[in-house]
Amino acid sequence: MDLGVYSDYIYIVVFILLGVALPVGALTFGRLLRPNNPYDRKLSTYESGIDPVGDAQVRYHVAYYLVALEFVIFDIETVFLYPWALALGELGWVGLNGGLIFIAILALGLAYSWKKKVLQWN
Amino acid sequence: MELVYIILYAVITLAVLLGAVTYAILFERKVIGYMQLRPGPNRHGPWGMLQTVADVMKLLMKEDIIPKNADKKVFILAPIIAFVPSFAIFASISWSDNIYGADLNIGLLYFIGISSITTLGVLMGGWSSNNKYSLLGAIRGVAQVISYEIPLVLSVLGVVILVGSLNFRDIVYYQESIGMWLIIPQFLAFVVYMISAIAELNRSPFDLPEAESELVSGYHTEYSGFRFAFFMLAEYVYAYAIAALATTLFLGGWLGPAFLPGIVWFFLKMSVIVFFWFWLRATLPRARVDNLMRFGWKVLIPLALLNIVITSIIKVWMG
Repeated sequence: MDLGVYSDYIYIVVFILLGVALPVGALTFGRLLRPNNPYDRKLSTYESGIDPVGDAQVRYHVAYYLVALEFVIFDIETVFLYPWALALGELGWVGLNGGLIFIAILALGLAYSWKKKVLQWN
Repeated sequence: MELVYIILYAVITLAVLLGAVTYAILFERKVIGYMQLRPGPNRHGPWGMLQTVADVMKLLMKEDIIPKNADKKVFILAPIIAFVPSFAIFASISWSDNIYGADLNIGLLYFIGISSITTLGVLMGGWSSNNKYSLLGAIRGVAQVISYEIPLVLSVLGVVILVGSLNFRDIVYYQESIGMWLIIPQFLAFVVYMISAIAELNRSPFDLPEAESELVSGYHTEYSGFRFAFFMLAEYVYAYAIAALATTLFLGGWLGPAFLPGIVWFFLKMSVIVFFWFWLRATLPRARVDNLMRFGWKVLIPLALLNIVITSIIKVWMG
């Protein structure tokens, strides 16, 4: 069977399917070997050997949200930079100027969040 | 016929990877052992050769405990989500001139895109465990991984600018044509890449998500037996993937003197990078979380941007 232009993508599908099959297969096979004796104490949440105190969904520092927002900005920046980087050889000086202005604006944004202490971790 | 070949290729890749991970773990423990003037594991088999095999057998026979407070579906799914992308990356790697899987035009983009999904598995595992250590380890891990993903991806852009292609094979052929590895013109990018790769892999000295002295073992505290094993496996397979990418982009892939076949050169270069990580682990103490985040955002990202600016100017200047 000739898979033609899709053959490269068939590789990926096969790899993903095999990647799912390995854990599923190993855990199913392991069922034959492992003991199974669950009781209440064993199934309780681990908290250094004492009964868990309060809810596990604790509140965490707001800095994590800020980092997540910064990440989204820079990730999208990267997505824009990839096609630019690929085509730079043909774009020449005009393309270079555009890209550099784009990077400069982002650097300004980074400097701003630096100044605003978003990148400070406490 | 082609489909059979593809399945065979995937199975062989998986088998080689599992073998490689088995011995990477032994090698890591041995290397760190010798660096600390002790022999490391040496009981199971000659030179401890069967140590990891014994560990895997032990994990396979451990009871599979799912805490009653855990979100069961997400808890079960998390190790699979963590493992599958790290393995799927290997579909795109070119091992040598004639041994390769998917020859994607967007190879590098595929690599970066799919490798980010691993983070989701970490977050799912930590969240669904309903355990404070797991949750804190997971959000710490995610914050760290996404912060260092940006310098990682930006550093690689320097190579893309020079080569003008995202295809792994084109990148290696380019290095063959200019007669040097890209580590020389892209040294800054290589340094940024290697540092962010360590944080991306949660390896020491940036292994804060699993800082055992404060978080028990981080996001996989509640995992036991083979589910835990798959988190570990994902970590090592991903380490190989990152090493393979570094080999392809900066160290000339399979290029090397002809007395050894290309694939051997590829493995040798990968092993050197992996050894470098083990060495760091034995040498450096763990970084503090605020230093880690500050270093990523205030040093590595500006450096990576600087590298892009310099590389693009040189590229256009030279034509």
